[in-house]
Amino acid sequence: MTKLEIVNMLYEKLGFSKRECAHIVDSFFEVIKGNLAKGENVKLSGFGNFVVKEKKARRGRNPQTGKEIEISERRVVNFRLSQVLKDEINNKSTK
Amino acid sequence: MNKMDVINKLGEDLKLNQKIAKIAVDTIIDTIKKAIIAEERVEIRGFGSFSLRHYKSYTGRNPKSGEVVNVEPKRLPYFKVGKELKDMIWKG
Repeated sequence: MTKLEIVNMLYEKLGFSKRECAHIVDSFFEVIKGNLAKGENVKLSGFGNFVVKEKKARRGRNPQTGKEIEISERRVVNFRLSQVLKDEINNKSTK
Repeated sequence: MNKMDVINKLGEDLKLNQKIAKIAVDTIIDTIKKAIIAEERVEIRGFGSFSLRHYKSYTGRNPKSGEVVNVEPKRLPYFKVGKELKDMIWKG
């Protein structure tokens, strides 16, 4: 599935033009991206949380050459699944 | 930022009323959710992709009590961050 199917779904739900729906879907991801870029987490209840993690610099190895290299400090994003969705996927009723 | 904040921001940015913005956000999330559950790979360019991964059953331990427990096979979505988002976050 790509953005196109999401746009079509929104088109059915809202009855706006496809162009407007595409704009809404794009803006939705822009909002989330912009927030994560600021280093802030985004929590979507019933779905999961996008969590920004600070990684310290560390020494690593190029697995191909075995050469030791310095891995710079960086920020990464992790997705943490909601318990509700986890249970839904595995067909368990939620407590 | 939680879902309500996303709805508010989307409404502000696009000059949509709250009700419409809420339907939009719920529909987007719900559509992605259904696709994941149906084991369909979801790919959002510039953002990332979701795919379901299968895990076999294994014998684990309750870290608190040390008790041996059998962990049932399960399916969990995996999120792979897209290049654009990765770069955005990296630089901060």
